[in-house]
Amino acid sequence: MPLEAHIKEHPKNFHRFDALWTPSVIILDPNGKERFRIEGYLPKDEFRAQLELALARVAFMSKDWKDAERRYTEVLEHYPESKAAPEALYWKGVSLYKGTNDHTVLGELPGQFQEKYPDSEWALKTAAWVH
Amino acid sequence: MKVHWLTDADAALAEAKTQKKPLLIDFSAAPA
Repeated sequence: MPLEAHIKEHPKNFHRFDALWTPSVIILDPNGKERFRIEGYLPKDEFRAQLELALARVAFMSKDWKDAERRYTEVLEHYPESKAAPEALYWKGVSLYKGTNDHTVLGELPGQFQEKYPDSEWALKTAAWVH
Repeated sequence: MKVHWLTDADAALAEAKTQKKPLLIDFSAAPA
């Protein structure tokens, strides 16, 4: 569901949704709660990857673990070299863990990060799960 | 594919809730 808010035509929406910079894109869940925000310009593929990450986040925050895992997997498949990919790998693992309660899933993540995205800040976040 | 952009925030929020779909808001200052 797309809503446009132009600074000259819809200035109240900037205040209402705390948009202080353009371009900005905000993704809200069906209940109107903000779940993701993209501020500033991005190249097309990075932008698309962020949008898919946003939809995955909406699923994650609604605790639809299977849909979230599927959507994070799609980010990895469609945009494996994007800046969004390491974040997708992290949350894909968390979604799988949340859906199964299988903690071994988390233990596999550090190795996956070392293989694919060793320099990502998301790799650091998996360090605690090294066995 | 042509995107049908909504311009009324309250209507968009209501429609998103009814259709159980996320709402994307594009904030722009670009010349029309």
